[in-house]
Amino acid sequence: MLAYIARRIVYVVPIVISVALVCFLLVHITPGDPLVAVLPADASQELAAQLRAAYGFDRPLPVQFGLWLLRALHGDLGNSIATGRPVLAEVLRAVGNTVTLAIAAAIIGFTMGILLGLIAGYFRETWIDKVATSFAIAGVSVPHYWLGMLLVIIFSVQLNWLPAVGAGPNGSNSWAWDWAHLKYLVLPAITTSVIPMGIVTRTVRALTGDILSQDFVEALRAKGLHERGVFRHVVKNAAPTALAVMGLQLGYMLGGSILIETVFSWPGSGFLLNSAIFQRDLPLLQGTILILALFFVFLNLLVDIAQAAIDPRIKRG
Amino acid sequence: MSELPLSATADAALQAAPATKARGYWATVGRRIRRDKVSMACALVLLLIFLSAILAPWLGLDDPYKGSMIRRLRHIGTSGYPLGTDELGRDMLARLVYGGRLSLVIGILPVILAFGIGTSLGLVAGYVGGKLNTAIMRTIDVFYAFPSVLLAIAISGALGAGILNSIVSLTVVFVPQITRVAESVTTGVRNMDFVEAARASGAGPFTIMRVHILGNVLGAIFVYATSLISVSMILAAGLSFLGLGTKPPEPEWGLMLNTLRTAIYVNPWVAALPGAMIFAVSICFNLLSDGLRSAMDIRN
Repeated sequence: MLAYIARRIVYVVPIVISVALVCFLLVHITPGDPLVAVLPADASQELAAQLRAAYGFDRPLPVQFGLWLLRALHGDLGNSIATGRPVLAEVLRAVGNTVTLAIAAAIIGFTMGILLGLIAGYFRETWIDKVATSFAIAGVSVPHYWLGMLLVIIFSVQLNWLPAVGAGPNGSNSWAWDWAHLKYLVLPAITTSVIPMGIVTRTVRALTGDILSQDFVEALRAKGLHERGVFRHVVKNAAPTALAVMGLQLGYMLGGSILIETVFSWPGSGFLLNSAIFQRDLPLLQGTILILALFFVFLNLLVDIAQAAIDPRIKRG
Repeated sequence: MSELPLSATADAALQAAPATKARGYWATVGRRIRRDKVSMACALVLLLIFLSAILAPWLGLDDPYKGSMIRRLRHIGTSGYPLGTDELGRDMLARLVYGGRLSLVIGILPVILAFGIGTSLGLVAGYVGGKLNTAIMRTIDVFYAFPSVLLAIAISGALGAGILNSIVSLTVVFVPQITRVAESVTTGVRNMDFVEAARASGAGPFTIMRVHILGNVLGAIFVYATSLISVSMILAAGLSFLGLGTKPPEPEWGLMLNTLRTAIYVNPWVAALPGAMIFAVSICFNLLSDGLRSAMDIRN
């Protein structure tokens, strides 16, 4: 097992470096100079050259990448152009809120998905299955930013039950686990949970159906095992794959939160990314994407390891 | 379609044997999907949306660009404006129908482009194998390190707002996914006897890929690609919703949803209409793709 973990970690190194390279190049595919956003329109040639030298943009790209990577490894992702504060601190503060949202959504989405999937898998081709699969298909097909708007229309505008935007009373930015704050979490969390709910339902349904149609289940029943015991076998066999799918979904929720955070003005990493894009704050854009992508890579690593730990069929040699 | 008893079909087939061949794979798939009610209903809805988008200028609709300050945000069912008016007093029905033109193009074109690029890359990687396979597939892996929404927004955000940039960024998101599928089905086919036979009879690698492999893998890749259209529609409209795609005053569903966001306190149901269009197209493509997948699974 330890050897397997070590090998998986070694595999991650080139991925991490390539991810950094993509994030680094993002700034350089920008039309024009990366400095366009900082320079005043009437800046003289000398000033432009001076700034370019100060930021190191006059050096060859590979050198720039090396220096940038070295600084990034020391936790220095540069300063935000808009606020002047260090990018890393800004991103880490925002990521906390995104993690809160993603975890709340995961609890809702995964619970619903597992339940619906199991029920649909057990009652295949019945009306119960049809209802559950319709839910799942609607979940993966709905534009979630629109669903967010609908929920706001119903629960904030019409019924006035829950707040429409923000993450706490009086524009509070610091999260707390009390009802005053939780109220703000309900709608964004439900909205975020819809896609994972759909995907987990479909996965669990397919897995349950496959397992139930296998010969060993027949054998277990023939031996007189009660349904609860059969169910335990189903769960054990479905768990590794379902876990992998859920891990991936958690990663998508963390990295793909920009649309929902924009709809609900949720002060997370997606919201930060949105403002970075529209203020042309390239260091912040680069830093946010890098951190989110690294989160995703490490989450995938954890899922792989967890999957190997619970599934003896995965080769560890 | 009426079904003849088995023996009668067999007899008919025997009698007609010299003239007709056995029904081909795609004919069978076509017949199976035509029998699937859900798929056919979705196809009909999509057909209507496509036709109305194409024929928009000849449908006698209002000018989708012409607004009026005195008739802003009319409710659904107002006479003359069956679906109300938007925040600038433009007819919603006209804007939704015209909106289909851009929305469908920016949603579907990336998948078509990625289908072409990804199939070629995956076919070459899978057939040639070796170092070239490693090079292509490891590059693809890098893009898998990003959640697709993040990747689309990262590229769009760096390139700046615009229709072309949004198409480019979504194509980049889908190419790796299609390449992976194409590579894996190609690897499954390349060592089969008929490929070996073609090679033994002197066919070059391009002929083998084009004639012998493509025909056997295209179906699987195509079904996979159709399942991406729904995601692509949602993401393309999402980029416009964020202000990274279409620019005003162009009618486009995602952008309309964005500009109507402030109107949810005044006229919420009109504001929600563009999203319903995205949802309808997306769910129909999803169901159609599911139907196609099960129709192609002949063993079942």
